[in-house]
Amino acid sequence: MSQAQALVQESWVDVCTLDEILPNTAVCAMVDGQQIAIVRSGAQLYAVDNFDPFSRAFVMSRGIVGDRRGRPMIASPIYKHAFDLQTGACVDDPTVSLRVFAVRVRHGRVEVCERR
Amino acid sequence: MVGHRFLERMIGGGHCSRFRITAFCEESRPAYDRVGLTSFFSGKSAEALSLVEPGRYEAAGIELLVGDRAIAIDREARTVTSARQKTVAYDQLVLATGSYPFVPPIPNKDAPGCFVYRTLDDLAAIRDYAGRSRVGVVVGGGLLGLEAAHALSQLGLQVHVVEFAPRLMALQLDEVGGGLLRSKIEALGVSVHTGKSAAAVELDGDRAAGLRFADGSSLSAELIVFSAGIRPRDQLARESGLELGARGGIVVDDQCRTSDRDVFAIGECALHRGRVYGLVGPGYTMASVAADAVAGMGEERFLGAELSTKLKLLGVDVASFGEPFANGHVMSWFDAASGVYKKLVLSDDRKRLTGGILVGDASAYGQLLQLQQNGVALPPHPEDLILPPRAGAPSAGLGISALPETATLCSCLNVSKGAICAAIESAQLTTVPAIKKCTGAGTGCGSCVPLLSELLNVQLKRAGVAVSNHLCEHFPHSRQELFDLLRLHRVRSFDALIERHGQGAGCEICKPAVASMLASAWNEHVLDKKHLPLQDTNDRYLANIQRDGTYSVVPRVAGGEITPDKLIALGRVAQRYGLYAKITGAQRVDLLGARLEQLPLIWRELIDAGFESGHAYGKALRTVKSCVGSTWCRFGVQDSVSLAIKLENRYKGLRSPHKLKSAVSGCARECAEAQSKDFGIIATEKGYNLYLCGNGGMKPQHAQLFAIDLDEATLIKYIDRFLMFYIRTADRLQRTAGWFNALEGGMDYLREVLIEDSLGICAELEADLLRVVDSYQCEWKATLDDPEKLRQFRPFVNSSEPDPSIVFIHERAQPRPATWAEKTRAQEKTG
Repeated sequence: MSQAQALVQESWVDVCTLDEILPNTAVCAMVDGQQIAIVRSGAQLYAVDNFDPFSRAFVMSRGIVGDRRGRPMIASPIYKHAFDLQTGACVDDPTVSLRVFAVRVRHGRVEVCERR
Repeated sequence: MVGHRFLERMIGGGHCSRFRITAFCEESRPAYDRVGLTSFFSGKSAEALSLVEPGRYEAAGIELLVGDRAIAIDREARTVTSARQKTVAYDQLVLATGSYPFVPPIPNKDAPGCFVYRTLDDLAAIRDYAGRSRVGVVVGGGLLGLEAAHALSQLGLQVHVVEFAPRLMALQLDEVGGGLLRSKIEALGVSVHTGKSAAAVELDGDRAAGLRFADGSSLSAELIVFSAGIRPRDQLARESGLELGARGGIVVDDQCRTSDRDVFAIGECALHRGRVYGLVGPGYTMASVAADAVAGMGEERFLGAELSTKLKLLGVDVASFGEPFANGHVMSWFDAASGVYKKLVLSDDRKRLTGGILVGDASAYGQLLQLQQNGVALPPHPEDLILPPRAGAPSAGLGISALPETATLCSCLNVSKGAICAAIESAQLTTVPAIKKCTGAGTGCGSCVPLLSELLNVQLKRAGVAVSNHLCEHFPHSRQELFDLLRLHRVRSFDALIERHGQGAGCEICKPAVASMLASAWNEHVLDKKHLPLQDTNDRYLANIQRDGTYSVVPRVAGGEITPDKLIALGRVAQRYGLYAKITGAQRVDLLGARLEQLPLIWRELIDAGFESGHAYGKALRTVKSCVGSTWCRFGVQDSVSLAIKLENRYKGLRSPHKLKSAVSGCARECAEAQSKDFGIIATEKGYNLYLCGNGGMKPQHAQLFAIDLDEATLIKYIDRFLMFYIRTADRLQRTAGWFNALEGGMDYLREVLIEDSLGICAELEADLLRVVDSYQCEWKATLDDPEKLRQFRPFVNSSEPDPSIVFIHERAQPRPATWAEKTRAQEKTG
C-alpha cells in the first residue's frame, strides 16, 4: 500500500449516530456528492453504493438485509438482485458489483471512508 | 375427442410425415373436453375446454377443416365429400362421428325451450334460454342427465329429473345405490321422478311449457333437456354400405376396422362385439389401436372395456366399476346416517374383486378399480376395504406398491404404472402436473390423480429425493407449515420464528413472507420496530416504488365511489407536489413521482381531506370495484355500490400471500368484471352469486361459481372463510387462482370445506378474520402520529437536501421520470 492511499484512507466522514440505523436495515448518506448505503447487518456495519446498477436508481439502502449461505447481503428493492455486503459482488450475476466503502463506529457515531 | 386422440397418436407416433391427413370437423371449433362440459356453466371458457393447442395440427401438417361436415363417402372412388363441396381422396379412412342424443319421438319435442345436452353450442343455447325460465326438467336420469340437472341448478333453475327406469343411473347402480343417490339429490332441491315415461311436450303458444307423462300426470317447465341416452351417428356409414348392427353402430373388429378393411370406426359410432361405448376411456383406446393399424405398426387390439366410472354428480360421489351386477359373493355397507353405500362383488373364492358400486364416498375407487383390473389377490378380510376404519386401525388398503408394473393407472389414456415410474425416473419428474404433461396420465377424467400423487411420493422417497417446498434456505418449512407454527405457538416476531423454526439471518424471500403472515395473524402495524426491517420497500414506505426510486400514492376509494370534494383534494395534492396523475384499473387515482420525504406531507393532506391508505403497496386487499348498481342503472337488480363499499371496508388492510382483488356487479351484465377477481359477486334477483379464484394479469383465469343466490350475511360469511383459508394454506406470492389450481378436488372440495365445514375449521377461520377486521387501523394515519416511524422518510441520514438523482421531464402537461440517457445528457451539459 502506498503512502498516498494510506493518507486518503484516513479521511473518515461522520455520518450519523448508530441509533439512527435500525438493526438489519440500511440508510443512505450523502458523502461528498456520492450516495452511500450504510447497512447494519446483525452486529456488523457495511457500506456500499446506493446505486443499483440493474435499475440505475439510487435505492440500495431501501433493500432488505439478510444473508445467503451465511454471507451477509442486501437485496435491491427494484428487481431484487442480492449483493454480497463484504465484496459488493452481485450474488445472482458475478459480472456486476457495487463499490464497497470502509465504515466504522466511533464514540457511538458512524463514520465512512469515502474511498476504499 | 376420440378423433382428436387419433390425430394426437398419429403426431406422437411420428406418422404425420408419411401420411397426408385431412380432418373434417363439423363443429365450429376443434375438439374440446366434453367430459368437462358442465364446467362451462361454472365459468370455464370454450377456450379452456379446448383440447387442441392452437397451431398444433398445422405444425404437424394436418389439414383441419373446421365447421365442415363430411356428408358422403364413395368407397369405390375412395373419396369423402363435405357439406361445403370439398372432395378429398383417401387411402384409409377413419370415422369418429360420435353419437347424437336420443330424443324420444313425442309430440312437440322440437318446440322452443327443448334442448339436448351434447355440444358447447347446446350449452350456450341452454344458458341463454335459462335466463327467462324458472323451472327446468331433464328427461333421463343417467350419467349425462344428472350432469345436465347439475348445470340447470347452477343456472338458478328449479330442477326436475325424469327417469323411465325405476331408479337413477340404472346402468351403473343397483337399487340401494340408486335410492341413496336419489335421496341425496333430492336433499339438494332437485325433484326426482322415476318410472315415468314422457308422452308429450306441452306448449304455451309455440313454446315448451311442460311435460305430460304416459300416466296422465304432468309437470310445468319452461326449459326441457333431453338426455335419454345416445345413439351412434352411423348415417354416413349406412349410406356408404358399411355393415351396421341391428340397433345401429358401425360394426368393427378388434383393430377397429369396419367391414371395409380401409375404413375404421372409433368411439361412440363404433359397435364392437355388440357393444357401443359411451365413455371416453374405451374411445381413447380405440383411437390408439386404429392409429397403430393405419400406420401399419403394432399388433394392438381393442378387446372391449368395462364401463367403470367415477363421477361427482350434483356434489355426490358416485362410482361403479367392473361387473357390479355379476353373480358372486356380495358384500355391502350402507350407512343411511352418513349417506354412504359401498358394495363389492367378489369371486366365489373371495380372493378376487369382480366389481362394485360406491355412492356417497368414492375415495376408494382408484384402489378398488386397480385391484379388480389387475386381479390382485385380496387381503384376508376384504370387508375392510369398504368398512369405515375404526379409530387407531391401520388402513386396509394395499397401497400403490401392491400393484404390478403392468397395472393401468390411467384408464382414459391407457398409461401403466410401469410407464409412469419410468417417466418419473428418466425425466426426473417431481410433481403431478409434470407427470400429466409427460405421460398424459390423469388428463382424461382425472380420477387417477390421487394414485399418481401416491405413486410419485413412493417413487421419490425410494429415490431419496426430498420434495422441497421449503420457503427458502432459512426455513425448512412450507409457508403453510410456518403459518400453522406461528399461530400455534403464538409467535409474534420474525426473530422468534427464525430462532425456533429456522436458521441464519433471513433474506428478501422469507422476510416479507413472514411479515405478511404475522400481519395476517396478528395485524400489528407493519412499521413497528420489530416488523420494519422485514418489509419490502413498498410496505416499508407505505407506497409503491417506481423505476426511478420515487413512489406512487393510491388512496382508498372504496367501491370506486368518490365525492367531488375528494376529487378536488386529490387534484390539489397532485398540483402542490408536482405529481403525475393517472386513473387505475381498480377505480382509483394513482399519484406518481412522490419523493420519499414528500410522502408524509402528501398523506397529511390526504388524511385531512378524509382519505385513508389504499394498500396498493401491500400484498393485501386492493379494491372492491363496482358498477353503479340498481340505484341508478335501469338493469341493476341489487345495490352493488353499497355492497362493494361494505366489503372493501371489511377487508381493507388484510394482508395475504398475494394481492387480492374483488368486484361487485349489480346484474348479470357484469360491468364490474367480477369474474376476473379473486372473489367476485354478481347480483341476482334473489341475492348474490359468489365467484372465487379468478385473476387477470399475466395468466388470466375466470373465477368459478362457488354459490348462488346468497343473502348478504351468508355471502360475507363465505368470503370470510374463503379468505382466511387461502391466507393460511397458499404458498408465498400465490394468487387465489394458482392456489385453486393446485387444490385437489377443486371447487367441490372448496364447497365442502367452506360451506359444509368438512374440516371443522370454519368457526376458527371466521374468528381469525374478524380479529383482523376489528384491529384495522389506517397505516398512514398511525404513521403520521408516530415520530419514530416518520424518521425513515428522508432520503439521506446526514442531509436534508432532496435526492439530486431524481429528475423529471414534462410531457403531455405532466411530469415523468427522465430516462437514463436524458439524465446523462443533462449532467454533461451542467458538468
